[in-house]
Amino acid sequence: MHLLSLLLPSTYNPDYRHHTFLQRLHIDGPLLGGLLLLVGIGLIILFSAASESYEMITRQSFRLGLAFLILFIFAQISPTAYRRWTPLVFLLSLCSLILVLLVGHIGKGAQRWLDLGILRLQPSELLKLTIPMIAAWCFHDRHLPPNLKEILMVAIIIVAPAFLTALQPDLGTAIILIISGGFVLLLAGLSWRLLAFMLAAVAALTPLIWHFMHDYQRNRVLTFLNPERDPLGAGYHIIQSKIAIGSGGIFGKGWLEGTQSHLNFLPEHATDFIFAVCGEEFGLVGTIVLLFCFLYITARGLYISLNAQDTYTRLLAGSLSLTFCLSALINIGMVIGILPVVGLPLPLISYGGTSLVTVFAGFGILMSIHTHRKLLSG
Amino acid sequence: MTVRQRSMAKRIILKDLNQELRLFQRRILIVGFLLLLGVLLIIARLCILQWFQHERYTTLSNENQLTIIPIPPNRGLIYDRNGVLLAENLPVFSLELIPDKVANLQKTLRELREFIQISDNDVAQFQKQIKQQRRFEKVALKSQLTSQEVAQFYVNQYRFPGVLINAELLRYYPLGEVMVSALGYVGRINTADLQTLDISNYSGTNYIGKLGIEKSYENILHGQVGNEQVETDASGRIIRIMNRSSPVPGNNLYLTIDSQLQMAAVAALGDHRGAVVAIEPATGQVLALVSQPAYDPNLFVTGISQKDFDALNKSLDQPLFNRAIRGQYPPGSIVKPFYALTALNQNLISTEWHVYDKGWFMLPNSTHRYRGYKKEGLGSVNVRQAIAQSSDIFFYELSRKIGIEGMSNILNAFGFGKDTGIELREELPGLVPTPAWKRANKGSAWYPGDTIITGIGQGFLLVTPLQMASAVAALSMRGNRYHPYLLLKQETSRLTEYNKLLKPETKVNASAIAWETVIGGMEDVISSPQGTGYRFGKPPYSVAAKTGTAQVFSIKQNENYKDLKIPERLRDHSTFIAFAPVEDPKIAIAVIVENSPDAAKVARKVIDTYLLSTTPLPLTV
Repeated sequence: MHLLSLLLPSTYNPDYRHHTFLQRLHIDGPLLGGLLLLVGIGLIILFSAASESYEMITRQSFRLGLAFLILFIFAQISPTAYRRWTPLVFLLSLCSLILVLLVGHIGKGAQRWLDLGILRLQPSELLKLTIPMIAAWCFHDRHLPPNLKEILMVAIIIVAPAFLTALQPDLGTAIILIISGGFVLLLAGLSWRLLAFMLAAVAALTPLIWHFMHDYQRNRVLTFLNPERDPLGAGYHIIQSKIAIGSGGIFGKGWLEGTQSHLNFLPEHATDFIFAVCGEEFGLVGTIVLLFCFLYITARGLYISLNAQDTYTRLLAGSLSLTFCLSALINIGMVIGILPVVGLPLPLISYGGTSLVTVFAGFGILMSIHTHRKLLSG
Repeated sequence: MTVRQRSMAKRIILKDLNQELRLFQRRILIVGFLLLLGVLLIIARLCILQWFQHERYTTLSNENQLTIIPIPPNRGLIYDRNGVLLAENLPVFSLELIPDKVANLQKTLRELREFIQISDNDVAQFQKQIKQQRRFEKVALKSQLTSQEVAQFYVNQYRFPGVLINAELLRYYPLGEVMVSALGYVGRINTADLQTLDISNYSGTNYIGKLGIEKSYENILHGQVGNEQVETDASGRIIRIMNRSSPVPGNNLYLTIDSQLQMAAVAALGDHRGAVVAIEPATGQVLALVSQPAYDPNLFVTGISQKDFDALNKSLDQPLFNRAIRGQYPPGSIVKPFYALTALNQNLISTEWHVYDKGWFMLPNSTHRYRGYKKEGLGSVNVRQAIAQSSDIFFYELSRKIGIEGMSNILNAFGFGKDTGIELREELPGLVPTPAWKRANKGSAWYPGDTIITGIGQGFLLVTPLQMASAVAALSMRGNRYHPYLLLKQETSRLTEYNKLLKPETKVNASAIAWETVIGGMEDVISSPQGTGYRFGKPPYSVAAKTGTAQVFSIKQNENYKDLKIPERLRDHSTFIAFAPVEDPKIAIAVIVENSPDAAKVARKVIDTYLLSTTPLPLTV
């Protein structure tokens, strides 16, 4: 019974919602259940993708443990505290980003992290949290929907750090930063007309930029948009990942039976292209199950945002959940060849530690928002 | 703010809260719906891939487990106009070893060293490489084996499983330094090259044109990369080749250069520093383009050592400096015919107009004496005699009549002062000065004296040997100017394509009498007893020419110029332009010899080779 209550959001019994063990620990059961499920599936896929390497699995498990610890800590901090500290934390993350750029510039190489001795701080990861936080903070005391001036101000706050991140160069993360800030704007009530106008302006500028580009730059853009133009370079990834997914069929080749990944045809199969391994070994059924896991977690996050009690938490919770979902969809879209290849991992599944910690910290904030609510009527 | 206002503001916010919540809920619904649409799109795509096209991808996965290996195209060869090979690709052999297949590495190395020279450095490199690569990948042990080493290895190959010889094509210039001023060379692709080239097309290529023709026609010479789809086993070893798309080799180029003439020019210059450019006047095709001293381009192909490069770079003779297209020299008297042409054509003077050459010239209201090359003067000369005897005094007077605008116009019309447009991007434009130029660059006004010295090709005026040759070619064609070019034709496996003129021909218009007089004067340079071209000798063909002297070191007002007292590098340069035969010009030539009066002698040898030589010279250097 207890296990069931972990997994099912419907077990929302008002009689003991303040008395469960998890509630007292500021943990949201349904969300935790979803996360554990997805992470579990992820480890199973990774074990195959990593050519059955116990070392990689151990390392990833250790990272997951650390990530859950961070989730737990972040869930304990009250939303009011988050809101109060938002401007300071944002400024700190922005400064460290600029510092990284300067250090990288002096060292003549792309550098994304600051070495603080005991840990490496990656400011662009920090910004994935602080950008939606600062955007939500800006709208907290204002009337919504926001007026044009407020929108422009917030847009600048979002775009400037994203631009600096793109300079690192880390295009994938820059896109995520724009998306997470953009969701806050959208949820705060950015008028559709303004959104359409902004998109139209970008579209109108494109031919102009195209006109001023060299032939070789145009070639790179074309390859970026259509990797199959270049079978010796970027196109190779896409061709191989499509073969992997397509050959999986409806039920897949079976766990550990995927030839594409095990014979090293599929590049990056433990990191950015891990979805293709899932498609090859578990087939259409597996990919759809994985998709629904992502959707379930997103839905729970949106439920939390709908039940949030003030503008700040509402916008923050909404943006964190939607960004999580969209970054998963972008990664999958890239692997199945309907989106250009940008270096983005599949959240919670891809091998690697840095983004994992950020995602879990985000879920920690979501849990904090949900479990620190005051009862209005009760 | 009063208490009342504050409470009102608070009330407004409170009143809006419900509406804000509704707005938020609506937005969540819309965005959630859009994301759901995205998910449906993904599911639709997955259905297509995994359900409808499953068969196709299964086939691809089972039978076509491929790795793609790029195959570089062979670089196009370069020939001269007669089909003499100027740039070829030679196979070089390197010894490679697959660590996975060698049982005892130390023993194998020891045995290989019995007949192949392998230095300790090679071995150290090899050991380092082994650690970075996978066990089944080839690691180079020694590059550039001699043919004897290759042969000995093949005889003993059975003893060395896992050791193999790899052949790679390397650019080679058989004529070495003779051709480098036109050909340039290729070198290893560096990070700067990578910025602009098509990475895929160069995925198997290690070399790229760095200079000269090799650089200008890089896109034609390189060709299209091919690829090989190979099946590999579980650890990546190649089992068999599945599919191959052949590379398209680069086109072969035929240059307008006549390598015999080029070699004759190199020989004629001998140890002098200088340049020779010869052009076919009726087409603009460049027959010879020589800069001396030169350097061996083959050194640059594999990467020149720092020591060799320093030796070339720091040499006082500046072998890396392509004088033929980048040397900007004061032309000296060779510009005189062009001034005479414009003066006659504009009726500023008649053919009978006389100047008394008393050895010096003075501007009104000035005491500065501009002297001629002959202290006692040449006496009374008309324009034809002035060209033949190169009277400085005549042209001082004439330049006052034409004026600096008229002089720069005629020089520009013959192509001085700007790029000729030849296919060598290193070319420099020289300088035809104008008052506007001087104001902008020197910050001072144009003085009458500036005009006077420009009148004998000194002062600010700078020209390249290529421009001189192109101008005299146009003169020989009576104003029909064909822009110089180097690519005669290109050849693919199927067709030959003749090059068209890079720029349309241009025309310098002048009256018939003007052409006759100027060309007649240039003939007298050689044929008249007083002509300045005595060093050229008396050839068995008709020739029109003009000598010139470019001052390196200016002498003071009352000093005498005594050649031998001045150190060699401060002696005057000699310049020389000519075309022959006069009736039907076959060759136009410009020569500059630094710190020596021998330009005319050099030109004679080159023209003789072109017009008189019947037996081809042996093609050795």
